[in-house]
Amino acid sequence: MKVRVTVNGVAHERDVEPRLLLSDFIRHEIGLTGTHVGCEHGVCGACTILWDGAPARACLAFAVQAEGHDIRTVESLAQAPARLNALQQAFQDSHALQCGYCTPGILMTMTAFLAENPKPTEDEVRHALSGNLCRCTGYQHIVDAVLLAAERGA
Amino acid sequence: MTHSFGKPLTRNEDPRLLRGEALFVDDVELPGLLHVAFLRSPHAHARLLSVDLGAARARPGVIAAYAAEDLGDYWKPGPLLVPPPPVPGMVFHQCCQVPLVKDKARHVGEPVAMVVAESRYIAEDALGDIAVEWEVLDAVGDLEAALQPGAALVHEHLGVNVAAKVHQHRGDYAAAAKAAALVVRRRFTYDRGASIPMETRGVVAQWDPRADRLTVWDTTQAPVVIRNGLAAMLGLSERQVRVVAPNIGGGFGPKMMMFYPEEVLVPWAAMRLGRPVKWIEDRLEHFFATTHERSQIHDAEIALDASGRILGVKDVFLHDNGAYDPYGLTLPLNSQCTLLGCYVVPAYDSVFTAVFTNRTLVTPYRGAGRQHGVFVMERLLDIAARQLGIDRNEIRRRNFIPPDAFPYDQGVIYQDFSRLSYDSGNYAPILAKALDAIGYDRFIAETQPRARAEGRALGIGVVCYVEGTGIGPYEGAKVQVQGSGKVSLATGIGSQGQGHATAFAQVVAEQLGVDIRDIEVTTGDTDQFYWGVGTFASRGAVVAGSAAHEAAKVVRQKILKTAARHFECAEEDLVIADGKVHVVGVPDHSITLGALAGLANPMRGAVTPGTEPGLEATSYFGPAGGATASGAHAMIVEVDPLTLRPTILDYVVVHDCGTVINPLILAGQIQGGVAQGIGNAFFEQLHWDEQGQLMNASLADYLLPTALDVPRIRMDHTVTPSPLNPLGVKGAGEAGAIPVGALFAQALEDALDLPSKEIEILEMPLSPSRLWEISNGG
Repeated sequence: MKVRVTVNGVAHERDVEPRLLLSDFIRHEIGLTGTHVGCEHGVCGACTILWDGAPARACLAFAVQAEGHDIRTVESLAQAPARLNALQQAFQDSHALQCGYCTPGILMTMTAFLAENPKPTEDEVRHALSGNLCRCTGYQHIVDAVLLAAERGA
Repeated sequence: MTHSFGKPLTRNEDPRLLRGEALFVDDVELPGLLHVAFLRSPHAHARLLSVDLGAARARPGVIAAYAAEDLGDYWKPGPLLVPPPPVPGMVFHQCCQVPLVKDKARHVGEPVAMVVAESRYIAEDALGDIAVEWEVLDAVGDLEAALQPGAALVHEHLGVNVAAKVHQHRGDYAAAAKAAALVVRRRFTYDRGASIPMETRGVVAQWDPRADRLTVWDTTQAPVVIRNGLAAMLGLSERQVRVVAPNIGGGFGPKMMMFYPEEVLVPWAAMRLGRPVKWIEDRLEHFFATTHERSQIHDAEIALDASGRILGVKDVFLHDNGAYDPYGLTLPLNSQCTLLGCYVVPAYDSVFTAVFTNRTLVTPYRGAGRQHGVFVMERLLDIAARQLGIDRNEIRRRNFIPPDAFPYDQGVIYQDFSRLSYDSGNYAPILAKALDAIGYDRFIAETQPRARAEGRALGIGVVCYVEGTGIGPYEGAKVQVQGSGKVSLATGIGSQGQGHATAFAQVVAEQLGVDIRDIEVTTGDTDQFYWGVGTFASRGAVVAGSAAHEAAKVVRQKILKTAARHFECAEEDLVIADGKVHVVGVPDHSITLGALAGLANPMRGAVTPGTEPGLEATSYFGPAGGATASGAHAMIVEVDPLTLRPTILDYVVVHDCGTVINPLILAGQIQGGVAQGIGNAFFEQLHWDEQGQLMNASLADYLLPTALDVPRIRMDHTVTPSPLNPLGVKGAGEAGAIPVGALFAQALEDALDLPSKEIEILEMPLSPSRLWEISNGG
């Protein structure tokens, strides 16, 4: 069936099977492979995207459910090619990623979080982050990065 | 020159990862790409009677379906990756994994059939079309029951479930025990866990008939070894196969296992079908099909004199090998050797039996058996200290290998088959720093008594460990100055997040005077570097880093020689800095490295005999032995008396990994290791039923620690450089994870005041409910 979705400001129309996951749609139909898939059961958060501005798990939705909605992925964060936005820069400065596989989902979760709570405490960051799993970092540098981004007014 | 070596520089690899531009295996899209799904055994142990693929093959969109018999001569058990060590009298039965089940399935999740289709969705649909007849057999799970007469046999032709038996000893333990003032004997158990990288495994293969070449993208930690193996299996020369391990989403050991069945089958199918083929493991498959680690049962004893000096240790242990043993004896050997820890153990007698079970294969996962040895030794010392009335830290101090005793020969054979010898170390200052940082004395004198008076359960733990790192055989690196003035570095190891593109750049920058952002590092592409072994055993920085250093030194000489000719001056009069070479004292009179690279590759004239074109060098490094890192972890924990949930109030790591290349990356490695250690100690346990079914194969049921569970970790370092490599570095990848089980046991015992009730924690992992059972005498 036909689905029309806006991804990172660009309208896409595709003919897809009703069962196609939104994560597969974004990655393999649109070709935006920055959104990663870690568990396909909604626990790890690697596939987190912004759905009309709110974080959502792309692996728990069908592409057809996104009909008419506004989706944003990690590729939308940097304002210009070869640049980083303030949150991404804070992640590099704090060494908040190692393998980088969970990172896009965490960036999207934290983008929405900081929009809602621009001056969070460490405890608030940890709660907001607790729905995203990272196996490499032990989270400490991610927490540091989010606090740094907040301090810089990201 | 600006030095970058040793500085906490941010990483070269980050921008692409942060923008979502970095290539992972599942990001590879190719025209005509086909997708694979595997039918896997639902039984832990069952004879395969028949497989009917007819309906699956007839489904629209299915291109092919294969069972074992369709593979013909290609069906072979996998190679033995690590042969058994040269220990006299040892027993080893080689039974390696097979591509698809032919006679019987030996663990749940073993692949039985492969479907190739136009989409993964269709391939998975077709799995439901396959009819399989099984004769279900009793499953072997319990290690001791597996060795009883009459137990079901994982490999019938052996007549037993023994995979291996190795006895190592030195000194006379019996005499030591006889002379001892105290002998402590306990049983320790350590149960299974899984590494769970956030990226599951995956393979994409493409055969190009015009180039007569196969390209394979693989989530492996060892692309060169995969290239060599695939070439041999597929009847190709190595030069015809390119294996790319691009960005890998975490490895932690199980991606070092080879060859996984899927790794063997996907390239074969791509060649056979003439179309590119992709398989990406889903998370459910990952729990069954990617290797696990950790089950061991130790019956260990320690003999001490009245002052707490160790006279000897005896250990008899069982190691759960899973259904096949392609990885040889690396894990139990690591346990056997690492048990000796930081201590002088005059007599040691250790024998292990590796046991075949109807469970997923066991191969190294971060720590790789070392944590078992550390757990046993540290627990024995804790118990001995109590019984002798000695402070737990004092008993460790009394037994530390003294700093003047290095290199220290432990007299046993290590996993790299050399005699276990510690290259360097100094343990007392590490422990002192850890105790100081955690505030041990004040905690014992003031904090804990006050907390107890308030009804709060606060405990402290302090444990010590060594970590064998940086083993051979070798790695190599090629350094080349490009015409652009940028420098390229290629090495054969793969990267799974360790920051090699930055750390190796720092090593090279030190020699070539260029900004690390101008050094492009390629790991994990066999077309970029031909030779290599892999990323495991905390060896990347030590072995590949040293090779990069050696290659950069040669390139430096070539730069100086070419520039000396250009400036018509002596090499000693030249300075390399900021990507340029200038004559000393005349910084305005300079030439860029890019221009020099051009001069070194002339279009006319002659290259002098004995010299080579370009500013390029390839070097190899093979260490004489492993570099032994060491450390101490200390923790203050509070346990909720009602729920028995622990909260870590403070966590300190003091670590010695020799010379540090990048303290920021090192901090990340330690923090991440501790997080996995915490998971292994208190969250993560694979639960099986009696039929060998894994009961918690999802991330909703197998709990990984979250940002709410891992505390802020405070860190300090001591530096005892390794004499075994030119950089003086030791590995650091596994240090964070190794001692956490022993630390949790000690701190939780202390918090709940279990010793006063004569209750001991002798097992890992724990959970609130298990801790409740233990503390109530269960």
